[in-house]
Amino acid sequence: MELKVRILELLERDARISTKTLASMLDQDEEVIAKTIADMEKDKTILGYGAIINWENVGVDEVSAMIDVKVIPEREKGFNAIAERIQHFPEVRCVYLMSGTYDLSVVVGGRTMKEVARFVSHKLSTLEHVQSTVTHFVLKRYKQDNFIFGEAEADRRLVVS
Amino acid sequence: MGGMDSYVSKLVRDLPPSGIRKFFDLVSQSEGVISLGVGEPDFVTPWHVREACWYSLERGYTMYTSNSGLPELREEIAEYEKRKIGVDFDPDKGILITVGVSEAADIALRALLEPGDEVLIPEPCFVSYAPGTELAFGKAVPVETFVEDEYRLRPDCLAARITPRSKVLLLSYPSNPTGGIMTKPDLEALVDIIIKNDLIVISDEIYSELTYNGQHVSIASLPGMKDRTLVLDGFSKAFAMTGWRIGYACGHPDIIQAMTKIHQYTIMCAPIMGQMAAIEALRNGQEEMHKMVEDYNYRRKLILKGFHQIGLDCFEPKGAFYCFPSIRNTGLTSEEFCEKLLFEENVAVVPGNAFGACGEGFIRCCYAASVANIEEAVERMGRLVIRQKGQ
Repeated sequence: MELKVRILELLERDARISTKTLASMLDQDEEVIAKTIADMEKDKTILGYGAIINWENVGVDEVSAMIDVKVIPEREKGFNAIAERIQHFPEVRCVYLMSGTYDLSVVVGGRTMKEVARFVSHKLSTLEHVQSTVTHFVLKRYKQDNFIFGEAEADRRLVVS
Repeated sequence: MGGMDSYVSKLVRDLPPSGIRKFFDLVSQSEGVISLGVGEPDFVTPWHVREACWYSLERGYTMYTSNSGLPELREEIAEYEKRKIGVDFDPDKGILITVGVSEAADIALRALLEPGDEVLIPEPCFVSYAPGTELAFGKAVPVETFVEDEYRLRPDCLAARITPRSKVLLLSYPSNPTGGIMTKPDLEALVDIIIKNDLIVISDEIYSELTYNGQHVSIASLPGMKDRTLVLDGFSKAFAMTGWRIGYACGHPDIIQAMTKIHQYTIMCAPIMGQMAAIEALRNGQEEMHKMVEDYNYRRKLILKGFHQIGLDCFEPKGAFYCFPSIRNTGLTSEEFCEKLLFEENVAVVPGNAFGACGEGFIRCCYAASVANIEEAVERMGRLVIRQKGQ
């Protein structure tokens, strides 16, 4: 268990770290590391590996919005059935069940504001059991999944000290 | 007027410049260097500590503190040392806040030494102990430690260097540059010699939190040693606060008060901003500090494995954030190796002889660097090793 957690913590920081490096850092055989990771991929502990991208740098427009969704829970299925229906739309990046004044928080991404707005008005709001939506467009991303978009803190140390 | 060198006191004129400084001047001429030559954490001070400092400025804490330092900080330190090394120090009279451990070591030596008194200094060690001793008109007596003993101070080596003028033993474990530590039995083996020869121990424990696979033991915690030990520690390494310059000395009130006298006339008090930040670090910084230590530990293992793979002998350092591999099998001196490594492979490390004559044949590599830089640096070092062995 302990080894799994350590591997996951290091992968969460840098998914591209090699099994060889992990093996050295954790004082384990490379095969043990590779097998542990493969097992965790198989049992869906690790769902996938992605990159955190600043699309602006390559001139690609990217619009995202966080949508507060109020729904009417279904008998016997609670919020799961409607959440599962929402999660399958390719425009939907994240779906969370929330405490507080609304039920689901849905993060939607698209290339233009129009595209996102259209998804909300045509697809999301029209779903059965969806009672209301409030859309918040993201104006600027500062930090996501522990990564800072602007200037990170540079290494300002003297080279030899 | 011509050169003014003759106006400088002979003592200072004759003081050799630090070997680290010499190498720094060399490195600063190169560009794009991967440096394992630093002596500080690669973490920036935790955010909550920086934030606490701003908050203190907003509230107008910009004045002198008492000479000994803020009472709240001394209280926190007393509790912290009690937890860490199991020794009770009097926060009122037995703790002094200093400008880094460097100041603490300086005024401790000045408070203790009569001219000509001898200070026993296990080497290889941090560069400032011998000059600090000489500036206090004492005589630095190096005591060799060996890689075969994992750089622990051996009682027979210590005993062999004792004379009627021996007054202070300056212990500094976990060690910069070797990463060696002293276990409880190692320290216990020294106690008889220390007491029999009536030595005072200055124990620089700045790397104490960076102890892997076990707990740091302070010689002050051993029976009969509390009153004759000055524990020096600070916030630079464990809490990633090097630039704040906050250290402290804990010990017998008579000695701490003597040091306070010097501190009062030379420094007045450590900067209040740093003291406020240090309070926050001790109150709320333990968890983040332990995470940083865990992270050093990963990288310690990574670099050690790397050295073994490229054929450099290196004992496993159990503390601090340095490795001290031997480069003897390359046929080069420490300085030659470091210069070649810098000019041919663009990697900076510090020659072992900067830390005392017995550091010759070794290099100090700091692993407070990114995983990618450690791997790249070791690979480059490997190329140099292969070239040298081929010759």
